[in-house]
Amino acid sequence: MAMPITLHMLKNGDEGIIEAIPSGECARRLYALGLREGKKIRKVSGMPFHGPVTIILEGRQIAIGNRIARRIMVTPLSKV
Amino acid sequence: MNCFRSEKVKSNPASDTEGKVLLVGNPNVGKSAIFTRLTGVHALSSNYPGTTIGFLEGRLDLGERVYRLIDVPGAYTLDPTNEAEEVASRIIDEGAECAIVVLDATALERNLYLAFQVLERGLPVVVALNMVDETRHKGIEIDIEKLEKMLGVPVVPTVAVTGQGIKTIVDRIPEAETGKFPIQTREKRWTEIGNIIESVQTVTHRHHSLRDKLEDLTVNPFWGGVTGILALILSFYIIRQLGEGLISYILDPLFNALWVPVLKTLSGILVNVPILHQLIIGSLFEGAIDLEQSFGLLSTGLYVPIVMVLPYIVSFYAVLSLLEDTGYLPRLAIIFDSYMHRLGLHGFTIVPALLGLGCNVPGILATRVLESSRERFIAATLISIAVPCAGLQAMIIGIVGDFGWSYIAIVYATLFISWFVIGRILHLSLKGYSPELIIEIPSYRMPSLKAWSLKLWFRTRGFLIEAIPLVLAGILIVNIAYSTGIIHYVALALKPIFHTLLGLPTEAAGPIILGLLRKDVAMGMLVSIDMTPAQLVVATVTLAMTFPCIATFIVLWKELGAKKLAGSLSIMIISALVAGTLLRLIMGFQI
Repeated sequence: MAMPITLHMLKNGDEGIIEAIPSGECARRLYALGLREGKKIRKVSGMPFHGPVTIILEGRQIAIGNRIARRIMVTPLSKV
Repeated sequence: MNCFRSEKVKSNPASDTEGKVLLVGNPNVGKSAIFTRLTGVHALSSNYPGTTIGFLEGRLDLGERVYRLIDVPGAYTLDPTNEAEEVASRIIDEGAECAIVVLDATALERNLYLAFQVLERGLPVVVALNMVDETRHKGIEIDIEKLEKMLGVPVVPTVAVTGQGIKTIVDRIPEAETGKFPIQTREKRWTEIGNIIESVQTVTHRHHSLRDKLEDLTVNPFWGGVTGILALILSFYIIRQLGEGLISYILDPLFNALWVPVLKTLSGILVNVPILHQLIIGSLFEGAIDLEQSFGLLSTGLYVPIVMVLPYIVSFYAVLSLLEDTGYLPRLAIIFDSYMHRLGLHGFTIVPALLGLGCNVPGILATRVLESSRERFIAATLISIAVPCAGLQAMIIGIVGDFGWSYIAIVYATLFISWFVIGRILHLSLKGYSPELIIEIPSYRMPSLKAWSLKLWFRTRGFLIEAIPLVLAGILIVNIAYSTGIIHYVALALKPIFHTLLGLPTEAAGPIILGLLRKDVAMGMLVSIDMTPAQLVVATVTLAMTFPCIATFIVLWKELGAKKLAGSLSIMIISALVAGTLLRLIMGFQI
């Protein structure tokens, strides 16, 4: 089992399982979009200059600001 | 333009004694499209979250009974995270006879969260499972009968854009049921939803489609930026070509062939009644009517809105509606996020800003989707200052453009730099922090020609209905202000500012102040003042940046409140004077 890393660190195109969502106001917005612990996601891209991270959750793209992406923990899924 | 169509659109208002039916759902699941189908009232819909920010109301006729149908703004949750969700939560708490909960069949799990919250509040519910046509492409299969059983309420598969299933919703409203779910915690809700999903939904893996690849490409760190810039350049190129084409090949020739002869006859009749002639036809230049400069109600008063501005309204909204309906717009939010963060905003502000390029009013209303009041203040102020509306832009292109493209470029560059510099100053000086971007990016969708043309028609009609009376009122006030000499005294009083500071002729004060009414009319008035191209540029920039027009003023007041409006107005005036003066110094002209 791989160690959890931040969503920001996850490589583009890689999949991972959400381990922890930062607490606070932004958590409510993430939960509202269906992003929560235990969910499988795929990272599509991270934009340069501290830009947002785009992930795919349940077949739908979600863009997440850089500072939040640095606080979301994911366990990378090793590729088969 | 939607200038005065802000908070609430009531069509055929029904009396309060009639029952309420709510249309509830996540953002961008097609509520507005269903609303339009059910009521025949056109609600603006696009392919991005937050198109409906106020709420719309229409009549739903069920034969024996007529209901008030309310299109509730999109919400992911009833524990509000933004203003739209606050409004939604309030409307739902007020209760209703029935709620039609619209679910996006391609994102069922997340959509059920809101459905649960509505059911828990004890409202009788009918579920519209929308976009069922999209599920097949995505390899999703939903057992609708089972879903109906597990939720305990009617579930109707629908495709709002084609109208499929709409009649069934109407038929099944009497079967609406209150849920059997008690108010529960978030975790329990998700567990329950998880169970439902497991038994009703099967997802088969399928290969990446072209659409998936396109969706990934447009947010790629490199290609996303490239396509973003190309899309914007292409958009503006098309807007300009289409606008100019409509003017030179259709509207200008038509106006000259059909209306100018009428004006000439009228001018001949009215020549002995100078007051009426001045008011209706305006001043003659070397014995002839000058459509841009005469400033009569039926000459310039019609020429400016119909020939100079309307084509750009049409071409702007033709392109914008396409960007909206395909779902491209929110992708710009990803591309512009890090830039906007320097101004205390996040990337989604690009959407209100682009809407503002059509008319500042819908642009400022769209800032409601931003999370904090600090962000809304910065965004609304910046839009009023540095985002010229389509009417103003059409006149800038038509008038400043006569001196060459470089002058237009200076105007736009100044506005762009002002957007950044003022935004940066506001971000650094206002207390608080800038919230992070968290948005759902919609799937690309092939726009429907019918929906696109209908939307274009409604926006164009909105402009004609709302702008033409204001343009005519503006021309009337201009004539009164000039013939009574009021404007002369005002200009004289402001001479230190306009003459000494900005290096403009004293008369330039008139148009810039009358910009309060409508900026395109004000721009038209600048034509007849004798100025060098450089002076015209300074006057244009000052006009664009200073006070908002009356419609924008009203909406700013409503959105910000009196105190913040005063702050915003002071920032506008100071910025306009500083930018105008700097521009004058840089361009190096003296008076």
